[in-house]
Amino acid sequence: MTASAEPDSPPAGAMVPRPFLLRRRRRETSDTWTLTLEPLGGDGIEPLPGQFMMLYAFGVGEIPVSVSGATDGLLTHTVRSVGAVSGAICAAKAGAVLGVRGPFGTTWPLAEATGGDVVVVAGGVGLAPLRTAVQCLERTRAAYGEVTLLYGGRTPGDLLFRRELDQLHRRGKLGLDVTVDTAQHGWAGRVGVVPKLISTARFDPASAVALVCGPEVMMRFTVAALLQRGVAPERIHLSMERNMQCAVGHCGHCQLGPTLVCRDGPVYRYDQLAPLLEVREL
Amino acid sequence: MKTVTELLGEARFFDGLRAETIELVSGCASNVQFDSGTPIFREGEHADSFYLLRHGSVALETYVPARGAVMIETIEAGDVLGWSWLFPPYRWHFDARALTAVRATAFDGKCLRGKCAADPALGYELVSRFAQTLIERLQWTRLRLLDVYGHDGER
Repeated sequence: MTASAEPDSPPAGAMVPRPFLLRRRRRETSDTWTLTLEPLGGDGIEPLPGQFMMLYAFGVGEIPVSVSGATDGLLTHTVRSVGAVSGAICAAKAGAVLGVRGPFGTTWPLAEATGGDVVVVAGGVGLAPLRTAVQCLERTRAAYGEVTLLYGGRTPGDLLFRRELDQLHRRGKLGLDVTVDTAQHGWAGRVGVVPKLISTARFDPASAVALVCGPEVMMRFTVAALLQRGVAPERIHLSMERNMQCAVGHCGHCQLGPTLVCRDGPVYRYDQLAPLLEVREL
Repeated sequence: MKTVTELLGEARFFDGLRAETIELVSGCASNVQFDSGTPIFREGEHADSFYLLRHGSVALETYVPARGAVMIETIEAGDVLGWSWLFPPYRWHFDARALTAVRATAFDGKCLRGKCAADPALGYELVSRFAQTLIERLQWTRLRLLDVYGHDGER
């Protein structure tokens, strides 16, 4: 994070969307879809865990969307339909063409976390930007101590990547604890908020790095629980969301105090972010 | 096999309590088990006990017409289940059902209330610990009231 709002020059062509073909579309929940995109000409894009892309529904508009997967030159995004642009992107059928810019932003500190425990805390669609980090942690499992994913959603029907989570649990390489805010009779899992899981989760607070993404209020409560457990503020990392428009630090829409979320985020260290989170107007 | 007193000495809820106090409390305690799916108590019934879960999980539920039983919260190993035994009218406010096989220590509420009345220091200790549990659950419930996963719309 830098203290200056004066942006560096963006890379050439960073404002020009590249055409990508929508190869597959899979429904995750009642309002959330996972899209697989293939570049129409040119090289594939290899974003790092935590980065985001700008997705353009031609004639409708452009929004920032975190990367939920990237393999063999294909990009995967998990998008919740909450407005005109995300609605158009979610409604696009296989064979449609979307505009793509990026990758942009900072990454989850997976290299920094090696040798210690990692606790990943996700709320709702906040699991999407953490998915590539979780996949990376599982692939390089031997480099870490305890690795635990704590995931919370509104109801069982709102949980993302259910089959993947089941497989993750069965493989047993990562600890997994899932909770929902409310459930009908028949749900065999936990009911309660995700920060509640932190007090009993398996990790050593002295060595653990925490990766957190979800609604900002949920992250605030999660950070409080992590601090209470003894995790140092500089070992807690949050993915922030603001109104990102240009994604290259020019327009200033995503300003958060002296920082620009598109350029200095979306992943921030909590000790650097904490003073900004205390300012309600930001 | 461990005695009730030994088990209580290991319980997070009783952390820091003096051995003689644990001994006193264990006089009102017994070990119990519930099979998965078994009701532990029902809303409106007389609340004469509370439970310290050692293994398994329990669903707190209420019945909503046209929706059926709705799970409000799950209580996990290490947590306490039930505080209606402590305050009049001593009636359960919700249903509790074992989600898995459950092993717990059950406390006789009337016995414990009697010991608290005779020994205010014990009463203060217990009520302080229940208050801490109540506050934690109240804060988590407040967070859920915000419905943080609801739609915000595009910004």
